[in-house]
Amino acid sequence: MQVNNHAKLEFQSLPANVAFARVTVAAFASQLDFTLNDLEEIKVAVSEAVANAIVHGYENRTDGTVFISMSIGDLALELKIWDYGVGIPDVKKAMQLTYSTDPERMGLGFVFMQSFMDSLHVDSTPGKGTTVTMVKSAVSKVTV
Amino acid sequence: MGLNVEINQDALLVRLEGELDLGVTDYLRNSLENMLDQNKIKHLVINLRNVTFIDSSGLGVILGRYNRVSSQGGVVSLVAAQPQVRRVLALSGLLTIMKEYSSEEAALSRVG
Repeated sequence: MQVNNHAKLEFQSLPANVAFARVTVAAFASQLDFTLNDLEEIKVAVSEAVANAIVHGYENRTDGTVFISMSIGDLALELKIWDYGVGIPDVKKAMQLTYSTDPERMGLGFVFMQSFMDSLHVDSTPGKGTTVTMVKSAVSKVTV
Repeated sequence: MGLNVEINQDALLVRLEGELDLGVTDYLRNSLENMLDQNKIKHLVINLRNVTFIDSSGLGVILGRYNRVSSQGGVVSLVAAQPQVRRVLALSGLLTIMKEYSSEEAALSRVG
């Protein structure tokens, strides 16, 4: 993807930063011609990825750092969201609907990321961390 | 996030406001559990009219209360979810286990 604009965000692994992350990404994404509906979908996907990093990656520790790299191409937004937490032993299993290590979390995080973005890729190394890469296409470029 | 509760006979009516994500789940879960512990409540009605965002963390809190209320024979109803919130609810499958109403009155008249 040819990158026309890029931004990077890093923040502490605090639950309050989930909202900060999705609003910031949506503001950056609005440089492309996304519909309001698209932006809502991006916000859910970002929330899920960041919540996973905090809850699973850092196991609710608040001294971790979550990173987001955002790139805008001609017609698409690419997001990389990563942590240096405990990693996922079995990514395939983690991406299945009923899989969650916490009874109150529904295991829906990856389902939402998959449904709301055009592509989702998860890289994880136990003990090293997890990187989620997601792409969302926009209909056409904004002409100012 | 805002939370306003009212007890209507054996139903707890909860009006939620704002964004339901990981940042508010502990507060929301504890508040609802306290209300359910301290009152003789069978049914739960959750008004989502003023909820502008929900993700799986927020859904998890609702599902947790659904498990508690339904295991005791109660019904959980949802009221007036906005379109973007409704899409997330629908995709999660929650709408297949909970009833949806357009008003508090309609929801309460079904469980009252």
